Amino acid sequence: MSNNNASSSSVAVAQKAVKQLRLEAKIRRINVSQAATDLKNFCLQNAHKDPLLVGVPSSDNPFRPPKSCGLL
Amino acid sequence: IAYLLTHPSSICAFLKMACQGLAKGETTNTLKAESESLKAKLEEERAKLHDVELHQVAEKIDALGQFVMKTRRTLKGHGNKVLCMDWCRDKRRIVSSSQDGKVIVWDAYTTNKEHAVTMPCTWVMACAYAPSGCAVACGGLDNKCSVYPLSLDKNENLAAKKKSVAMHTNYLSSCSFTNSDMQILTSSGDGTCALWDVESGQLLQSFHGHSADVLSLDLAPSETGNTFVSGGCDKKANVWDMRSGQNVQSFETHESDINNVKYYPSGDAFATGSDDATCRLYDLRADREVAIYSKDSIIFGASSVDFSLSGRLLFAGYNDYTINVWDVLKGTRVAILFGHENRVSTVRVSPDGTAFCSGSWDNTLRIWA
Repeated sequence: MSNNNASSSSVAVAQKAVKQLRLEAKIRRINVSQAATDLKNFCLQNAHKDPLLVGVPSSDNPFRPPKSCGLL
Repeated sequence: IAYLLTHPSSICAFLKMACQGLAKGETTNTLKAESESLKAKLEEERAKLHDVELHQVAEKIDALGQFVMKTRRTLKGHGNKVLCMDWCRDKRRIVSSSQDGKVIVWDAYTTNKEHAVTMPCTWVMACAYAPSGCAVACGGLDNKCSVYPLSLDKNENLAAKKKSVAMHTNYLSSCSFTNSDMQILTSSGDGTCALWDVESGQLLQSFHGHSADVLSLDLAPSETGNTFVSGGCDKKANVWDMRSGQNVQSFETHESDINNVKYYPSGDAFATGSDDATCRLYDLRADREVAIYSKDSIIFGASSVDFSLSGRLLFAGYNDYTINVWDVLKGTRVAILFGHENRVSTVRVSPDGTAFCSGSWDNTLRIWA
């Protein structure tokens, strides 16, 4: 009987794994070319708003210049 | 089937099993076989759509120029390794946590410490700022996530108002408020993630599927809906539906622990940093890995990753004390930043994208711009 319990729990684990894989296999996917193009377009469209990418004038960046009481 | 037809007794046994429920008829072996064939089918389906590489699509874009990024502020005050940090939505405050149990709130513009809390445990691996800016959450070896409301009175003892929210059965590795101060998402060394109600401490949803410690999680940008991604020691990155608890997508291409996961700003992809010394980009709609950020000269694990606002740059902190900046589309490295004197444990870009902050085992945090 204890043998039965051990095997039924490993069956349960295996059933779960199969159920999960069936779910994942069913999802709808698009081509990498389309996905990549969308990623590229998002970057390009938002590039001008990205301060670390395009840089902003020091006067607009609160972290530049360094704070005035320096090493002295 | 032929065997069954020529052996009536087996037909009876078979039908008996069928009547007792299909489950009994499936042995571990048949299920394993189906598991393997489903995995192979998944790979086949994914491969069919792999018609081009991301960097090929990006060939015609101008290369990025030289980057000049320097340390603009150094936050000193932790007595031991900095393990985690988070930005406040006001773009200037930062919360950080350390191995020595201290959690500090800083004003990054002035480098002043505004609040400090001593946790009852060491290795506070996770900390997060509440969206309102009025509280912080943290936890680590105490297996809990606690919320501390931040008082305007600097002299008030923050520990007195502490609220225990999450309870795991192993260390807390990461925590994040959802879109409000009311719910917190946690990940743990116990292999699970969980969603909690802050006010009552009630467990709202738990997420099971990782087979080892979960080290990191990130919520999808609010426009894209109720999902989050997690990564862990089982080398897997899993995407979850927050409402149902269902694991909707899973990616397993890393060769070692995934230390950090972060969504791409559009919500259509996410990046990972791993002990296998690579960072990778996974696209959710193509359902596969679409880029690897690596170099032969980089042999130490990547502990933390974050994107610039447009998603074009990926900042990654490594165990070799450096921060590498990658061109996400072309797959090339555009800068190496030196400065920390020990492992970089955490890297986060500020909410308005003007700077990023790094935390390190050298006990300091640095603001770069």
